[in-house]
Amino acid sequence: MIISALAFYVFAAIAIVSGVMVVAARNPVHSVLFLILAFFNAAGLFVLMGAEFLAMILVVVYVGAVAVMFMFVVMMLDINFAELRQGFLRYLPIGGLIGLILLVEMLAVLAGWQLAPEARVVETFAAAPPPAEVTNTHALGQLLYTHYIYLFQVAGLILLIAMIGAIVLTHRRRPGVRRQNIAEQIARRDSIEIRKIPTGKGL
Amino acid sequence: MLAIGLTHYLWVAAILFATGIFGVFLNRKNIIIILMSIELMLLAVNINFVAFSAYLNNLVGQVFAMFVLTVAAAEAAIGLAILVVYFRNRGSIAVEDINTMRG
Repeated sequence: MIISALAFYVFAAIAIVSGVMVVAARNPVHSVLFLILAFFNAAGLFVLMGAEFLAMILVVVYVGAVAVMFMFVVMMLDINFAELRQGFLRYLPIGGLIGLILLVEMLAVLAGWQLAPEARVVETFAAAPPPAEVTNTHALGQLLYTHYIYLFQVAGLILLIAMIGAIVLTHRRRPGVRRQNIAEQIARRDSIEIRKIPTGKGL
Repeated sequence: MLAIGLTHYLWVAAILFATGIFGVFLNRKNIIIILMSIELMLLAVNINFVAFSAYLNNLVGQVFAMFVLTVAAAEAAIGLAILVVYFRNRGSIAVEDINTMRG
């Protein structure tokens, strides 16, 4: 009990601090690294809540793919980041005000909310089985591949379309790059001739 | 204090979400940081989903969080691709320069 509470506070504190550092870091590379830290700690929170599969997905997909993609883009583009920092202090009051108002509103909701009695449905097709019998991954798979199979397929389509879109957007044909054109090579006719070489004379 | 319940997780999610909003306003010029702030907000939303899923003992929240992850990954890929193309054409990623489509 105490250990899980302690783990929650550690994960939550590091996640929040690194979240703040993502938006406040001077160097975008540091921002990406703090984003990775935030994702890791959020994965820890997920594990504490019993959602192991999502925690692992978060680490694999987010830290392994999305954050690395951010890192690639930050390092690939030759950007003067100091220039982009200008106006940081100018936007600080209004941004801080809006963020604070939003936070206060959300916390007010948090302080006063109540669960409707009909919201807690115990007997539902999606009720989580006891973790001792069925693992979280197993239960999630059984739900995802039966009731949510169409949505699952649509999610795959969305990823496919995103992949095609990203490739189409960034692919370009650069002039001056020599490529192998196999069809042209095979179709060459003029430069090849057949000669009769007399024996002992050479060409 | 020691019994960690739903409200604790909702607090964390609320603070992370507000941090994301704050980041969008604070880094008005740097679109990469804006994209990262959006990722932070989506993470906060996911924490909310999973917290309610655990609280209500209902797995639909986790299924939905997975779909949110999918869409967030697609969004990051497309956003960064647009960013790269824009940088190639203009040589800068300042958001304030992106006003030629305003019509």
